[in-house]
Amino acid sequence: MAALLVLLLIVPAAGLVTLYAVPSALAGRVGAAVGAAVFVLSLVLLPLFDYGHPGRMQGELDLRWVPAFDLHFHLGIDGISLPLLLLTTLLTALSLAYAVRTTARDESGRSFTALLLLLEIGMVGTFVALDLLLFFLFFEIVLLPMYGLIHRWGAGERRRAANKFILYTLLGSALMLLGFLFIHAKTGTFDMVELGRLHGAGMTASAQGAAFLLVGLGFAVKTPMWPLHTWLPDAHTSAPTVGSVLLAGVLLKMGTYGFIRIGAGILPQGAHRYAFTLAAFGTVGIVYGALACMAQARRGGDLKRLIAYSSVGHMGFTLLGIATLTQVGLDGALFASVAHGLITGLLFFIAGGFKERLGTTDLYTIGRGLYERARRYGVLVVFAAMASLGLPGLAGFWGELYALIGADRPAAGLSTLGFHALMAVAGLGMIITATYLLLVVRRLCMGAVAGPSGDRYDPLPDLTRRELVSWTPLAGLTLVAGLWPAVILALADPAVHRLLGGPR
Amino acid sequence: VNLFAALAIALPAAGSAIAFAGGRDLRHVRFWSVAPIAAALFATLVVQVAHGTGGASTSVTELAPAGGFTVWLGTRVTGLSALVGVLVAVVALCVQVFSLSYMKHERRYPTYAALISLFTAAMLLVVYSADLIVLLVGWEIMGACSYFLIGHFWERPDARSGSIKAFLVTKTGDVPFLFGIVALGVQAGSFRIDDVLRHVAADGLPYAPLIAVLLLCGAIGKSAQFPLHTWLPDAMAGPTPISALIHAATMVAAGVYVVALLYPVFLAAPGVMTLMAVIAAITMTGSALAAFAQTDIKKVLAYSTVSQLAYMLGGLAVGPAGRTAAVFHLLAHGAFKALLFLAAGVAIHRAGSNELSAMGGLRHRMPITFRAMTVGLCALVGVPLFSGWFSKEAVLGAAWNAQGQFAAAGGIVLVSGLLTVGLTAAYATRLWLKMFWGPFPEASPDDHRVEAPQTELVPLLVLSVPAALFGFVALGGGAFSSWIGGAFGQAVPLGARTDIAPAGATTLIALLMTALGAGGVWLVWRRNPAADPAAVLGPWRETALYAFYLDDVQDLVVVQPAKALARLVGFLDTEVVDAYVRGAGVGARGLGGLLRRLQTGNVQLYLTAMFTGVIVIAAVFAGRVR
Repeated sequence: MAALLVLLLIVPAAGLVTLYAVPSALAGRVGAAVGAAVFVLSLVLLPLFDYGHPGRMQGELDLRWVPAFDLHFHLGIDGISLPLLLLTTLLTALSLAYAVRTTARDESGRSFTALLLLLEIGMVGTFVALDLLLFFLFFEIVLLPMYGLIHRWGAGERRRAANKFILYTLLGSALMLLGFLFIHAKTGTFDMVELGRLHGAGMTASAQGAAFLLVGLGFAVKTPMWPLHTWLPDAHTSAPTVGSVLLAGVLLKMGTYGFIRIGAGILPQGAHRYAFTLAAFGTVGIVYGALACMAQARRGGDLKRLIAYSSVGHMGFTLLGIATLTQVGLDGALFASVAHGLITGLLFFIAGGFKERLGTTDLYTIGRGLYERARRYGVLVVFAAMASLGLPGLAGFWGELYALIGADRPAAGLSTLGFHALMAVAGLGMIITATYLLLVVRRLCMGAVAGPSGDRYDPLPDLTRRELVSWTPLAGLTLVAGLWPAVILALADPAVHRLLGGPR
Repeated sequence: VNLFAALAIALPAAGSAIAFAGGRDLRHVRFWSVAPIAAALFATLVVQVAHGTGGASTSVTELAPAGGFTVWLGTRVTGLSALVGVLVAVVALCVQVFSLSYMKHERRYPTYAALISLFTAAMLLVVYSADLIVLLVGWEIMGACSYFLIGHFWERPDARSGSIKAFLVTKTGDVPFLFGIVALGVQAGSFRIDDVLRHVAADGLPYAPLIAVLLLCGAIGKSAQFPLHTWLPDAMAGPTPISALIHAATMVAAGVYVVALLYPVFLAAPGVMTLMAVIAAITMTGSALAAFAQTDIKKVLAYSTVSQLAYMLGGLAVGPAGRTAAVFHLLAHGAFKALLFLAAGVAIHRAGSNELSAMGGLRHRMPITFRAMTVGLCALVGVPLFSGWFSKEAVLGAAWNAQGQFAAAGGIVLVSGLLTVGLTAAYATRLWLKMFWGPFPEASPDDHRVEAPQTELVPLLVLSVPAALFGFVALGGGAFSSWIGGAFGQAVPLGARTDIAPAGATTLIALLMTALGAGGVWLVWRRNPAADPAAVLGPWRETALYAFYLDDVQDLVVVQPAKALARLVGFLDTEVVDAYVRGAGVGARGLGGLLRRLQTGNVQLYLTAMFTGVIVIAAVFAGRVR
């Protein structure tokens, strides 16, 4: 299994090299093939994984790499990282497949595909790294290709958006690195397995607090937590479709993953100290994001910007779940992360489809009556909207539910009353979330195609085969995870139990 | 038993999936929309017969484990759920058959039929679920189906706004409901209904009033009770068979059903029971008045539904005997209100309008519809021996007999209930006279209106039977209460029965009120058959027509502030929160020429520098640490 994890990093790298050995016209296809191969490889993990012990690190590989920095090439997966890893390879494969005939079509396709593959290395590495420094390296690798994607292939004020993205997240990472070094200074190791086993032992509560503050800020920028979110709407609005899909689908999860693995798992007392603050900011984000979306649902609103703000709200729920520091709350945060990756990935693909068909994502320029103009497209829009508003039976529901259950009885020592107040606020956010999504559906899908004054909206091309191939897996998994949440929870629950210091 | 209950849920769900996938082949869609529901009806009947008067029977399998809270997929059959399950399947089947011809000319019939099947599955899931979380799944899928079906005619603005309003107003109740379920589950340590009820029985329930209020919010949202009732009249923008199924007989009853299901939680909170009685009283009289002034026959029936649901809630508020009565009324109402809506649909198709002013003198042209509607209205008004008479008497009787902690609730429900009996008689008589008697409106374009086709008439006849006769179960000497079972899901032996047969003073007063209401309207109508009896309201007619302007209040108190807040956040995010980022950028630029060049010019260089810088710092740090 360890070999497989290494392969997941080597195959995209090999693909990257191959890209420059073949004619640039083939670049898109090579990329799609590599993406599919990596996804298939990650699927092979499933039968190899020991479901009896999802809480144990599996497929561990530990090599000394740079002794001077105490840097180990240490990989492994457990029930927490496996779902996120599969989400990553799936979304990357779909993005690469989708890009074959869109962005990767012209002569710049080679660089575009190369950046996507580089991105994949970083994302996969982040979820399998078990050494803090290695984790940091992969975390940073991700930034560069994403910066390039926005900066070169973006739309609108792409340069400004790209700069904002990189400055913001680099600042966050710098703090995070300081935090890692601080942890090393106190415990003498970067080994995440060892640190997880210690579960805070060896560090005083105040030291943990300081470390959590440093790494937490880095993750908070990434997640993003209100009010550190302002890079996100700009980056999403400008980024090309697959950039948005991966940014929302995977990159944001690196923040929640960090909070869970390093925040709650390695710095429990630090997390405890700042838990309520984290929960409060997350909850404000839920309502704030939803209200910002409602502002986007008016005339002049932009669909991509709206979806970006909706991420602020949804990630607010994951922060609330994490901040409860309960098993059920962390389960909820993990579930919500995966679900958000599927649903928001789908939403950004949908927005990208509009961009391709009409050259715009302006809600009022797209026009009405999608149920009539492109029936399947309309059905997909309403399906994604229902999933996003957390309709039970679809994936979006369970994460919110478990986060709320956690908040109803947070970990010992946290203010129950305070969390109940946050629940009430979050509930308000749920209603506003439903409101803006239904407003979007009304604006896009419903309404007469022909206006009273004789004006007509033109029919739109319905879903193409390529779109079906790259989008339906997301819709299907949203349904599967919604109807049978155990697919994720059976893996995540025991691992979270162990992460929180439970008996193994 | 549990297997058949699971089948009853799975069959319509499968039918729905096939109908969705089947797309445009009409014969295929027709078969797959009717046959699975017919099979589900058979399954619910098996459940009913096999369960008989036993206690709760539960069978579950693990759906999702999470931190000690496991969600269980499975069925729990009690007398209550068995009876309601039969009601749902009967009405759903009638509506599917009715729709075969009624929606024949609709382009989107396949989607429509598939959504009805999905709705039926979701409702049966609510009825039979053994786990509160799974119940919630059905509860919200039902809401979503309702949203889609109200918005069936999405070209029309009223359908668009009606659908959104229905979803959001019920969601406003659903969120507290979710919190209530979460709190209940956390207190009991399990979301299984059996465990929760056992926990409440054995250890009591801390925070019972809070939990009960939260759950009540969901119930009044779904069951369209004041102040969350405003969505139901607007939901009439959907096709009429949908109004019959979802907005009259089944989904709106789900709120009442859940209160009956989790009754011990409410018993633990007497204050909430009184609150329930007050809400029921306001709703039943207010909406009966509104029904009297409506000019659209579907809206008359909609307000009538709101008013009748309030009877059920009122019954629940007056104690365990009232619970039995409320469920009795739920079942009777389901049959006669579905009948009324379907019959109204027939009349609307033939008259080409929903408006009362476009109707009149229909009794000769549509004799069967006329008779069906008459049966339905008799049951609604409570003409003796029709089902509604027995069930309403049961509720009023329970209110009359309420004692101890329920005395206050009993008094409130009794007074408003008797008043509403009179109002109900008045609006029902008005509807009946204006639709079927009197002059034929001159403006009508078509003089050769005939009776509806058979597929539409058969469901009317089928539903007429329970609407007329179902009430006689009340004479079974307590058999009905032993069918329903106790609040904890326990069996109730025939010996410990609660009698629900009409008796005593309430029956006499109610009959008097009925005669007053119906007679009064009849007298007014006889003086001038062309005029609207609602004119007797005088200056209040407008107010009642607009249902006391509660929509405007809602707009002012909720919608406008929310919009303003959204505008504020939209402004804040670009102009204030983001400003500190830009401010930081400007500040950095001011640092000096070097930095400025790096920032405005070659960003890649800047990045590389920063990245390397970070690594170098790391290296230095790591070196020191060693």
